[in-house]
Amino acid sequence: MTVSNKRLPSAFAEFERFADKWCLPTEPERWEARLSTPMPELHEFYDTFTPRFEEAIEYCDKFPLDDVPDDALNLLHLIYSMIMVSMAIEVFGTQKPTDSADAVIDRIGAPVP
Amino acid sequence: MGRWPKPAEGSWTEHYPELGTGPISFRDSTSPEFYELEREAIFKRAWLNVGRVEELPRIGSYFTKEIDAAKTSVIVVKGKDKAIRAFYNICRHRGNKLVWNDFPNEEVKGACRQFTCKYHGWRYDLEGALTFVQQPGEFFDLDTAQYGLRPVQCDIWNGFIFINLDPEPRHTLREFLGPMITALDDYPFELMTERYDFVAHNNSNWKIFADAFQEYYHVPSLHSQQVPSAVRQPNATFECGHFQIDGPHRLVSTAGTRRWLLDPEYMYPVERVTRSGLVGPWRTPETHQSAGLNPGGIEPWGITNFQIFPNLEILIYHGWYLLYRYWPTSHNTHKFEAYNAFHPARTVRERIEHEVASVVLKEFALQDAGMLGGTQAALEYDVVNDFPLNDQEILVRHLHKVAVDWVEEYQRERSPVEV
Repeated sequence: MTVSNKRLPSAFAEFERFADKWCLPTEPERWEARLSTPMPELHEFYDTFTPRFEEAIEYCDKFPLDDVPDDALNLLHLIYSMIMVSMAIEVFGTQKPTDSADAVIDRIGAPVP
Repeated sequence: MGRWPKPAEGSWTEHYPELGTGPISFRDSTSPEFYELEREAIFKRAWLNVGRVEELPRIGSYFTKEIDAAKTSVIVVKGKDKAIRAFYNICRHRGNKLVWNDFPNEEVKGACRQFTCKYHGWRYDLEGALTFVQQPGEFFDLDTAQYGLRPVQCDIWNGFIFINLDPEPRHTLREFLGPMITALDDYPFELMTERYDFVAHNNSNWKIFADAFQEYYHVPSLHSQQVPSAVRQPNATFECGHFQIDGPHRLVSTAGTRRWLLDPEYMYPVERVTRSGLVGPWRTPETHQSAGLNPGGIEPWGITNFQIFPNLEILIYHGWYLLYRYWPTSHNTHKFEAYNAFHPARTVRERIEHEVASVVLKEFALQDAGMLGGTQAALEYDVVNDFPLNDQEILVRHLHKVAVDWVEEYQRERSPVEV
């Protein structure tokens, strides 16, 4: 059995099954994952993560921004994916924003992490 | 009755009588001929914002800017004297584009000690002087002092780098910006350096997208999802608190609610958990409020949206701002550049707040952009040419009027004087 290289802090081990797919460091990757994932699968991630969303933010917030350990960084990337998926689940009910037609807007720069 | 008082004339539009109140034409956004005139009359004459001083942090820092509307490319560079200069991106020897990496039509940025032409190795220093010619003895009376890079007018206002392709601009940058914009002289943009950058290639005239961000009349309809469905009002309206016009520039302010005072059902769960959302982080560092920031005295103030002619827009919330630029690439296409700028995050939580605001920006901007293809295509039927604008759309009326005014002035100057 292969071990994911995207390990989460042990307190959040229950989310390991989402790590390979959703621990994505950049917005273009997260956007693409949202658009290409069926809504039921987005719901599963969203519903599982929701009860501990606040706690996950608090966990990551314990570390200085320029020195977040690898496992917490993976959790932060999972939080970013949760934000991305929330738009589809809470706001639009579809992967793609309503009435966005053929429009494309690319994020080309952002701070790290 | 509206919530906000209107000027004594009864409407914002009639407060500026030169605007008229009749239906307007959008032929300025569909005509290839008009676009050719705009290139000369507007994009080769107006001051154009190409960046911020923070993008050139060190001596030798540079970036190139492709300005399709002027069919040109410009190098912007910080010299040894730390002054920022702009030059046409062309080698004076045989006309090769001077600064590019893999593909000559792609913008580049970086840092260097000098510029070296790929073709024959001519070199220029950071101030544009020609400093090295291969085999100078082969030339005929070559006076290298005459072959420095061709300068472009360049000036800076409050950290924003502007260029002007007119060799002799009719106004200085400050004169051009005028009192309404320079009332932001002391606004501390330099503190908000954490940026999320976006780019889009849209299928409409550049002014049609600018229109989407200079009226809020469309918000309840197009962006109904900005309010959770449980509390959404089917007949919601939107009224702006203050409009103002100064020369070719314009602004609009709207009121803002303090998000943490709202009942929870008025926000999405992701907003409540992250304390951020549609109007950015709920709390931002205390930031100096310039006199020009809220000229209408709106309370509680939410945002002021400054549209600097021709193609720059700065939208300022408390403690963060957005910037948009619309660069035409043809009469019915444009390149859209945008960024969010925040005080640098001090904590992971603050960074998460910035991420949320940047995700949400894209969601709703995509709805605006989604309208463009259909609008452009329908305008190009050229069967309807009288479009009624309401008082909330005064700034749409103004932008199109100014564009036409600049073109007509250019045409008048070029037509022979009748005797």
